[in-house]
Amino acid sequence: MGKNKKISVKQNPQTLAMLGLCTAAAMILSYVESFIPSVIPGLKIGLPNVVIVFVLYRAGWPSAAAVSLVRVVLTAILFGSVMSLAYGLAGAVLSLIVMTLLRRLHFFSVVGVSVAGGVAHNAAQILVAAAVMQTTQIVYYLPVLIIGGTIAGILIGIAGGVLLSRFPETISAKRR
Amino acid sequence: MSTGRKGRRDLWLILGLLLIGGAALGLTLLFRSPGDWVVVEVDGEIFGRYPLDENTSIRIETGADGYNVLKIADGYASVTEASCPDKLCVRQHKISRSDETIVCLPNRVVVSVVSERE
Repeated sequence: MGKNKKISVKQNPQTLAMLGLCTAAAMILSYVESFIPSVIPGLKIGLPNVVIVFVLYRAGWPSAAAVSLVRVVLTAILFGSVMSLAYGLAGAVLSLIVMTLLRRLHFFSVVGVSVAGGVAHNAAQILVAAAVMQTTQIVYYLPVLIIGGTIAGILIGIAGGVLLSRFPETISAKRR
Repeated sequence: MSTGRKGRRDLWLILGLLLIGGAALGLTLLFRSPGDWVVVEVDGEIFGRYPLDENTSIRIETGADGYNVLKIADGYASVTEASCPDKLCVRQHKISRSDETIVCLPNRVVVSVVSERE
Protein backbone atom coordinates (compact mmCIF):
# COMPACT_ATOMS: atom_id res chain seq x y z
CA MET A 1 0.00 0.00 0.00
CA GLY A 2 1.11 3.57 -0.57
CA LYS A 3 4.79 3.90 -1.23
CA ASN A 4 5.57 0.35 -0.22
CA LYS A 5 6.86 -1.73 -3.07
CA LYS A 6 4.73 -4.63 -4.10
CA ILE A 7 6.32 -7.79 -2.81
CA SER A 8 6.95 -10.10 -5.69
CA VAL A 9 7.75 -13.76 -5.44
CA LYS A 10 10.69 -13.37 -7.81
CA GLN A 11 12.35 -10.77 -5.63
CA ASN A 12 11.71 -12.54 -2.41
CA PRO A 13 12.07 -16.28 -1.91
CA GLN A 14 10.85 -15.74 1.63
CA THR A 15 7.47 -14.76 0.25
CA LEU A 16 7.40 -17.85 -1.92
CA ALA A 17 8.11 -20.03 1.11
CA MET A 18 5.42 -18.21 3.11
CA LEU A 19 2.85 -18.74 0.34
CA GLY A 20 3.77 -22.41 0.19
CA LEU A 21 3.19 -22.75 3.92
CA CYS A 22 -0.11 -20.90 3.62
CA THR A 23 -1.25 -23.21 0.82
CA ALA A 24 -0.42 -26.24 2.95
CA ALA A 25 -2.25 -24.73 5.94
CA ALA A 26 -5.29 -23.99 3.78
CA MET A 27 -5.34 -27.58 2.49
CA ILE A 28 -5.12 -28.97 6.00
CA LEU A 29 -8.00 -26.72 7.01
CA SER A 30 -10.10 -28.03 4.09
CA TYR A 31 -9.36 -31.55 5.23
CA VAL A 32 -10.15 -30.77 8.88
CA GLU A 33 -13.36 -29.08 7.82
CA SER A 34 -14.55 -32.23 6.05
CA PHE A 35 -14.86 -33.82 9.50
CA ILE A 36 -17.03 -31.08 10.93
CA PRO A 37 -20.66 -32.01 10.45
CA SER A 38 -22.70 -29.12 9.06
CA VAL A 39 -25.99 -28.05 10.62
CA ILE A 40 -27.46 -27.36 7.21
CA PRO A 41 -26.38 -29.58 4.32
CA GLY A 42 -23.94 -27.87 2.00
CA LEU A 43 -23.20 -25.12 4.48
CA LYS A 44 -19.61 -24.92 5.63
CA ILE A 45 -17.66 -22.42 7.69
CA GLY A 46 -14.97 -22.22 5.04
CA LEU A 47 -11.97 -22.59 7.32
CA PRO A 48 -9.41 -22.32 4.48
CA ASN A 49 -10.70 -18.79 3.97
CA VAL A 50 -8.86 -17.72 7.15
CA VAL A 51 -5.63 -18.31 5.25
CA ILE A 52 -6.91 -16.62 2.08
CA VAL A 53 -7.93 -13.52 4.05
CA PHE A 54 -4.52 -13.49 5.75
CA VAL A 55 -2.62 -13.74 2.44
CA LEU A 56 -4.89 -11.16 0.79
CA TYR A 57 -4.07 -8.59 3.46
CA ARG A 58 -0.39 -9.47 3.78
CA ALA A 59 0.72 -10.13 0.23
CA GLY A 60 -2.05 -8.79 -2.00
CA TRP A 61 -4.59 -10.35 -4.31
CA PRO A 62 -2.27 -12.07 -6.83
CA SER A 63 -0.72 -14.13 -4.03
CA ALA A 64 -4.12 -14.81 -2.49
CA ALA A 65 -5.43 -15.91 -5.89
CA ALA A 66 -2.45 -18.25 -6.36
CA VAL A 67 -2.85 -19.83 -2.92
CA SER A 68 -6.62 -20.13 -3.36
CA LEU A 69 -6.36 -21.68 -6.82
CA VAL A 70 -3.72 -24.24 -5.84
CA ARG A 71 -5.67 -25.05 -2.68
CA VAL A 72 -8.97 -25.64 -4.53
CA VAL A 73 -7.42 -27.72 -7.32
CA LEU A 74 -5.28 -29.87 -5.02
CA THR A 75 -8.08 -30.45 -2.50
CA ALA A 76 -10.44 -31.46 -5.30
CA ILE A 77 -7.86 -33.88 -6.70
CA LEU A 78 -7.07 -35.37 -3.29
CA PHE A 79 -10.43 -35.51 -1.54
CA GLY A 80 -13.05 -34.43 -4.05
CA SER A 81 -14.40 -34.84 -7.54
CA VAL A 82 -14.64 -32.92 -10.81
CA MET A 83 -17.91 -31.45 -9.58
CA SER A 84 -16.42 -30.25 -6.33
CA LEU A 85 -13.68 -28.60 -8.38
CA ALA A 86 -16.28 -26.62 -10.35
CA TYR A 87 -18.15 -25.50 -7.24
CA GLY A 88 -14.98 -24.78 -5.34
CA LEU A 89 -13.48 -22.71 -8.16
CA ALA A 90 -16.64 -20.67 -8.68
CA GLY A 91 -16.88 -19.90 -4.98
CA ALA A 92 -13.19 -19.14 -4.57
CA VAL A 93 -12.97 -16.85 -7.62
CA LEU A 94 -16.06 -14.77 -6.86
CA SER A 95 -15.31 -14.41 -3.16
CA LEU A 96 -11.73 -13.34 -3.91
CA ILE A 97 -12.89 -10.74 -6.46
CA VAL A 98 -15.41 -9.31 -3.98
CA MET A 99 -12.90 -9.30 -1.11
CA THR A 100 -10.16 -7.68 -3.23
CA LEU A 101 -12.47 -4.89 -4.38
CA LEU A 102 -13.87 -4.23 -0.90
CA ARG A 103 -10.40 -4.20 0.60
CA ARG A 104 -9.32 -1.59 -1.96
CA LEU A 105 -12.24 0.62 -0.95
CA HIS A 106 -11.02 0.73 2.67
CA PHE A 107 -14.63 0.93 3.71
CA PHE A 108 -14.92 -2.19 5.87
CA SER A 109 -12.55 -3.89 8.30
CA VAL A 110 -11.35 -7.48 7.86
CA VAL A 111 -14.64 -8.77 9.28
CA GLY A 112 -16.79 -6.88 6.77
CA VAL A 113 -14.59 -7.92 3.86
CA SER A 114 -14.68 -11.54 4.94
CA VAL A 115 -18.48 -11.46 5.44
CA ALA A 116 -18.94 -10.18 1.88
CA GLY A 117 -16.53 -12.86 0.67
CA GLY A 118 -18.44 -15.59 2.47
CA VAL A 119 -21.79 -14.55 1.01
CA ALA A 120 -20.26 -14.19 -2.48
CA HIS A 121 -18.78 -17.68 -2.13
CA ASN A 122 -22.15 -19.21 -1.36
CA ALA A 123 -23.97 -17.22 -4.05
CA ALA A 124 -21.46 -18.39 -6.68
CA GLN A 125 -21.92 -22.01 -5.69
CA ILE A 126 -25.71 -21.71 -5.91
CA LEU A 127 -25.42 -20.18 -9.39
CA VAL A 128 -23.12 -22.97 -10.59
CA ALA A 129 -25.43 -25.58 -9.10
CA ALA A 130 -28.45 -23.97 -10.80
CA ALA A 131 -26.59 -23.91 -14.13
CA VAL A 132 -25.27 -27.48 -13.85
CA MET A 133 -28.59 -28.97 -12.82
CA GLN A 134 -30.71 -26.75 -15.06
CA THR A 135 -33.07 -25.93 -12.27
CA THR A 136 -34.13 -22.80 -10.47
CA GLN A 137 -35.49 -24.78 -7.51
CA ILE A 138 -32.12 -24.59 -5.81
CA VAL A 139 -32.33 -20.80 -5.55
CA TYR A 140 -34.63 -21.38 -2.57
CA TYR A 141 -31.49 -22.24 -0.61
CA LEU A 142 -30.10 -18.76 -1.16
CA PRO A 143 -31.65 -17.08 1.94
CA VAL A 144 -30.23 -19.79 4.19
CA LEU A 145 -26.87 -19.54 2.48
CA ILE A 146 -26.80 -15.74 2.79
CA ILE A 147 -27.36 -16.02 6.54
CA GLY A 148 -24.89 -18.88 6.80
CA GLY A 149 -22.29 -17.06 4.73
CA THR A 150 -22.64 -13.99 6.91
CA ILE A 151 -22.15 -15.88 10.17
CA ALA A 152 -19.25 -17.87 8.72
CA GLY A 153 -17.74 -14.63 7.38
CA ILE A 154 -17.85 -13.03 10.83
CA LEU A 155 -15.99 -15.98 12.38
CA ILE A 156 -13.45 -16.13 9.54
CA GLY A 157 -12.95 -12.36 9.68
CA ILE A 158 -12.28 -12.39 13.42
CA ALA A 159 -9.87 -15.32 13.06
CA GLY A 160 -8.14 -13.64 10.10
CA GLY A 161 -7.84 -10.39 12.04
CA VAL A 162 -6.26 -12.17 15.01
CA LEU A 163 -3.85 -13.93 12.66
CA LEU A 164 -2.87 -10.65 11.01
CA SER A 165 -2.21 -8.89 14.29
CA ARG A 166 -0.32 -11.77 15.91
CA PHE A 167 1.93 -12.71 13.00
CA PRO A 168 4.95 -10.43 12.83
CA GLU A 169 5.10 -8.76 9.45
CA THR A 170 8.70 -9.82 8.96
CA ILE A 171 7.52 -13.38 8.63
CA SER A 172 5.50 -12.64 5.53
CA ALA A 173 8.02 -10.43 3.79
CA LYS A 174 10.26 -7.47 4.16
CA ARG A 175 7.99 -4.74 2.99
CA ARG A 176 10.23 -1.70 3.14
CA MET B 1 -10.41 -5.90 16.05
CA SER B 2 -10.81 -2.28 15.19
CA THR B 3 -14.03 -0.88 16.52
CA GLY B 4 -13.96 2.43 14.74
CA ARG B 5 -15.87 3.71 11.79
CA LYS B 6 -15.02 0.58 9.84
CA GLY B 7 -16.25 -1.64 12.65
CA ARG B 8 -19.58 0.14 12.64
CA ARG B 9 -19.85 -0.25 8.85
CA ASP B 10 -19.12 -3.94 9.26
CA LEU B 11 -21.99 -4.16 11.68
CA TRP B 12 -24.37 -2.48 9.21
CA LEU B 13 -23.27 -4.86 6.46
CA ILE B 14 -23.82 -7.85 8.75
CA LEU B 15 -27.22 -6.63 9.95
CA GLY B 16 -28.25 -5.80 6.38
CA LEU B 17 -27.32 -9.24 5.07
CA LEU B 18 -29.01 -11.02 7.98
CA LEU B 19 -32.13 -8.91 7.41
CA ILE B 20 -32.20 -9.68 3.66
CA GLY B 21 -31.60 -13.37 4.30
CA GLY B 22 -34.17 -13.49 7.09
CA ALA B 23 -36.80 -11.64 5.08
CA ALA B 24 -36.28 -13.85 2.04
CA LEU B 25 -36.44 -16.95 4.22
CA GLY B 26 -39.60 -15.70 5.93
CA LEU B 27 -41.27 -14.93 2.60
CA THR B 28 -40.49 -18.32 1.08
CA LEU B 29 -41.77 -20.06 4.20
CA LEU B 30 -44.89 -17.89 4.31
CA PHE B 31 -45.92 -18.51 0.72
CA ARG B 32 -45.41 -22.21 0.86
CA SER B 33 -48.55 -24.23 0.53
CA PRO B 34 -48.82 -27.91 1.32
CA GLY B 35 -47.63 -29.89 -1.68
CA ASP B 36 -49.37 -32.68 -3.51
CA TRP B 37 -46.77 -34.13 -5.85
CA VAL B 38 -43.15 -35.10 -5.67
CA VAL B 39 -41.26 -34.34 -8.86
CA VAL B 40 -37.89 -35.94 -9.48
CA GLU B 41 -35.56 -34.32 -11.97
CA VAL B 42 -32.31 -35.79 -13.20
CA ASP B 43 -29.99 -33.52 -15.15
CA GLY B 44 -32.82 -31.03 -15.65
CA GLU B 45 -35.16 -33.60 -17.16
CA ILE B 46 -38.21 -34.92 -15.38
CA PHE B 47 -37.60 -38.45 -14.18
CA GLY B 48 -40.93 -39.04 -12.52
CA ARG B 49 -43.89 -37.59 -10.67
CA TYR B 50 -45.37 -39.25 -7.63
CA PRO B 51 -48.31 -38.40 -5.35
CA LEU B 52 -47.27 -37.35 -1.85
CA ASP B 53 -50.08 -39.26 -0.17
CA GLU B 54 -49.05 -42.69 -1.40
CA ASN B 55 -46.33 -44.46 0.51
CA THR B 56 -43.71 -45.74 -1.89
CA SER B 57 -40.02 -46.18 -2.39
CA ILE B 58 -38.45 -45.35 -5.74
CA ARG B 59 -34.97 -46.10 -6.94
CA ILE B 60 -33.65 -43.31 -9.15
CA GLU B 61 -30.92 -44.56 -11.50
CA THR B 62 -28.69 -41.78 -12.74
CA GLY B 63 -26.51 -43.44 -15.32
CA ALA B 64 -23.21 -45.23 -14.60
CA ASP B 65 -23.43 -46.44 -10.98
CA GLY B 66 -25.26 -43.45 -9.59
CA TYR B 67 -28.52 -43.93 -7.76
CA ASN B 68 -30.70 -42.36 -5.10
CA VAL B 69 -33.59 -43.94 -3.24
CA LEU B 70 -36.60 -41.74 -2.71
CA LYS B 71 -39.03 -42.64 0.04
CA ILE B 72 -42.52 -41.20 0.33
CA ALA B 73 -44.17 -41.92 3.66
CA ASP B 74 -46.96 -40.22 5.59
CA GLY B 75 -46.97 -37.21 3.31
CA TYR B 76 -43.23 -36.63 3.51
CA ALA B 77 -40.58 -37.25 0.89
CA SER B 78 -36.99 -38.04 1.78
CA VAL B 79 -33.91 -39.55 0.20
CA THR B 80 -32.91 -42.60 2.18
CA GLU B 81 -30.00 -43.93 0.14
CA ALA B 82 -27.49 -42.46 -2.26
CA SER B 83 -24.44 -43.57 -4.19
CA CYS B 84 -22.58 -40.33 -3.65
CA PRO B 85 -19.80 -40.20 -1.06
CA ASP B 86 -20.94 -37.19 0.94
CA LYS B 87 -24.58 -38.28 1.49
CA LEU B 88 -25.71 -34.68 1.86
CA CYS B 89 -29.06 -35.50 0.28
CA VAL B 90 -29.72 -38.27 2.79
CA ARG B 91 -29.04 -35.91 5.66
CA GLN B 92 -31.39 -33.24 4.36
CA HIS B 93 -34.73 -32.89 6.08
CA LYS B 94 -37.76 -34.66 4.71
CA ILE B 95 -39.95 -32.37 2.67
CA SER B 96 -43.70 -31.92 2.38
CA ARG B 97 -44.51 -28.35 1.39
CA SER B 98 -44.54 -26.92 -2.10
CA ASP B 99 -41.21 -25.69 -3.47
CA GLU B 100 -39.20 -27.54 -0.86
CA THR B 101 -36.34 -29.46 -2.44
CA ILE B 102 -33.78 -32.11 -1.77
CA VAL B 103 -30.75 -31.86 -3.98
CA CYS B 104 -28.06 -34.39 -4.76
CA LEU B 105 -25.30 -32.50 -6.51
CA PRO B 106 -23.07 -35.41 -7.56
CA ASN B 107 -25.95 -37.30 -9.21
CA ARG B 108 -27.65 -34.12 -10.44
CA VAL B 109 -30.89 -35.19 -8.84
CA VAL B 110 -33.44 -32.64 -7.69
CA VAL B 111 -36.42 -33.86 -5.69
CA SER B 112 -39.03 -31.16 -5.26
CA VAL B 113 -42.58 -30.91 -3.97
CA VAL B 114 -45.16 -29.12 -6.07
CA SER B 115 -48.77 -28.25 -5.37
CA GLU B 116 -51.80 -29.31 -7.41
CA ARG B 117 -52.00 -26.11 -9.42
CA GLU B 118 -48.70 -26.64 -11.19
